[in-house]
Amino acid sequence: MRRHPGERLWAFAVWALVVFFIGNLLAMIGSVVVNSFGTRWFNTWLPAGFTTQWYSLAWNEFQLPAILLVTVEVVGAVIVLSALIGVPAAYAMARREFPGKRAVMLLFLLPLMVPPITYGIPLATVLYQAHLAGAIWGVILANLVPTVPFVILIMIPFVEQIDPRVEAAARVFGAGLLRLFVQILVPLLTPGILAALLLVLVRTIAMFELTFLTAGPDSQTLVVALYYAVFAAGVRPGQSIDAMAVVYMVTTLAWLLIALRFVNPTQIVTRAKR
Amino acid sequence: MSSSTLSLRRRLRERGLDGVTLLVIPGVVFVLALFIYPFLYGLVLSFVPKQGGALANYATFFTDPFLYDTIWTTLLIAIPVTILNVVVSIPVALRVRLMRRQRLLTTILVIPITLGTVMVAEGLLTYLGPRGWLNRVLLEFGLADSPVRLIHNYWGVMLSLVITGFPFTFLLTLSYVTGIDPSLEQAGAMLGARARTRFNRILLPLLLPGLTITLALAFVQAFSVFPSAILLGAPSGPTRVISIAAYTAAFEQFDYSMASAIAMIMAGMQVLIVVALLAMRGLFFRGPASTGKG
Repeated sequence: MRRHPGERLWAFAVWALVVFFIGNLLAMIGSVVVNSFGTRWFNTWLPAGFTTQWYSLAWNEFQLPAILLVTVEVVGAVIVLSALIGVPAAYAMARREFPGKRAVMLLFLLPLMVPPITYGIPLATVLYQAHLAGAIWGVILANLVPTVPFVILIMIPFVEQIDPRVEAAARVFGAGLLRLFVQILVPLLTPGILAALLLVLVRTIAMFELTFLTAGPDSQTLVVALYYAVFAAGVRPGQSIDAMAVVYMVTTLAWLLIALRFVNPTQIVTRAKR
Repeated sequence: MSSSTLSLRRRLRERGLDGVTLLVIPGVVFVLALFIYPFLYGLVLSFVPKQGGALANYATFFTDPFLYDTIWTTLLIAIPVTILNVVVSIPVALRVRLMRRQRLLTTILVIPITLGTVMVAEGLLTYLGPRGWLNRVLLEFGLADSPVRLIHNYWGVMLSLVITGFPFTFLLTLSYVTGIDPSLEQAGAMLGARARTRFNRILLPLLLPGLTITLALAFVQAFSVFPSAILLGAPSGPTRVISIAAYTAAFEQFDYSMASAIAMIMAGMQVLIVVALLAMRGLFFRGPASTGKG
């Protein structure tokens, strides 16, 4: 195909736009990292000197050890529970045709389509009435609302790939449902489960709205603590807020990199494509 | 064998209901209890205001400009940024589709989505601030005389929605674009159609259904902007979006009834726009985007 000069110019403009976007994105991340290591930074390209003091300050001032512990607990519980509820449901959805299946499917799609802040406010109201919100269990329950359907929708195609004859053979040899899961399905589904749970992990670390609406003072995760730090900017030096932001960024991006070994980047957004 | 002799279990199994089907129950119960029930509870609660009749909350909302203006404020942010993100995504996705190694680009673009709005807000506060790198560049190259104000106003929120929203619409559009068989476009090229004609006559009609979904999802996300409107915007004025009004009602005034009413109005607006977009989608051509054995 011979290309028209206009087409070339158009291609150049498109690439320039992409480079401009990525340049700004990287500069945005870079300026947070540089600021978190800087001493004083006024009208220059780089700070006057470099130090790691903001990290120790942030570590103590923001009670990062406690916050990280809560984050690990919340994320861990969300992963385990969404797998326990989601994987069997996905198996049923993939293997059986039953009346009302379309309605059930819609039920699982809704929490992924409605933005968290919209359903988060009524959800937080109910959780506060049940005296669950304000503590770690409320945060875990709220975070499960989008992750359970997410695991189900990701796992359905993985289940469909398994030859049903494998299960039939196991059944013929007398395996019950539990044994079928433990010895046949879970080993075969490991890649899918791993992908789904890593995505749940990344999404739960970054889930702000639901945690923010249901967390009490002792049940803040890293992202909510970061929000309060930014919100009360001026109380503490900006560099220590950025140090905390770097801690958050490293946590999230490390898991993202691990997740991307098992999933395609486009899978992170195309969950609702159906 | 007549049906009366079949055991209940057998009859249920023939309709697809057996032990395996029951595995779906925990998931269904969970979503019903923590998604559907709170929504219905909120809906009922919104008609039981602290004072006045059943519709008092809604009446207050639509008569108090401090409250109903939040709808316009939100739309004024959400509509332009959604259109911008989707329109820019199309040519970029069409170009990236031809790339061999898309993985690095998609990985970089997935970063802002993963970081989330709070982190992007903090990043932009540093980067766009009066002493940030962007203003440094503008001043150093003489593009501006004094630092340009891009934070704590409309533009800060707008830019944060571009940073998190564009990768989202781009990756969605890319997944739709790669679903179109390249041989359809090649056939057009062979028949002498230029790039613009091929886009208008082949790609765009095939893309429109997917684009409407992208538009709907992107709009709903932008409409529910929350942390960046507080951190990067002017939450008491130009970026007092509807989610801030709902949050203030619930957690600062402790009027859960009013907060539920605002959340319902928010959900109603989102449903309205999505339904309108999907209705438009029905008007478009819907044919196979792939050829051969599907």
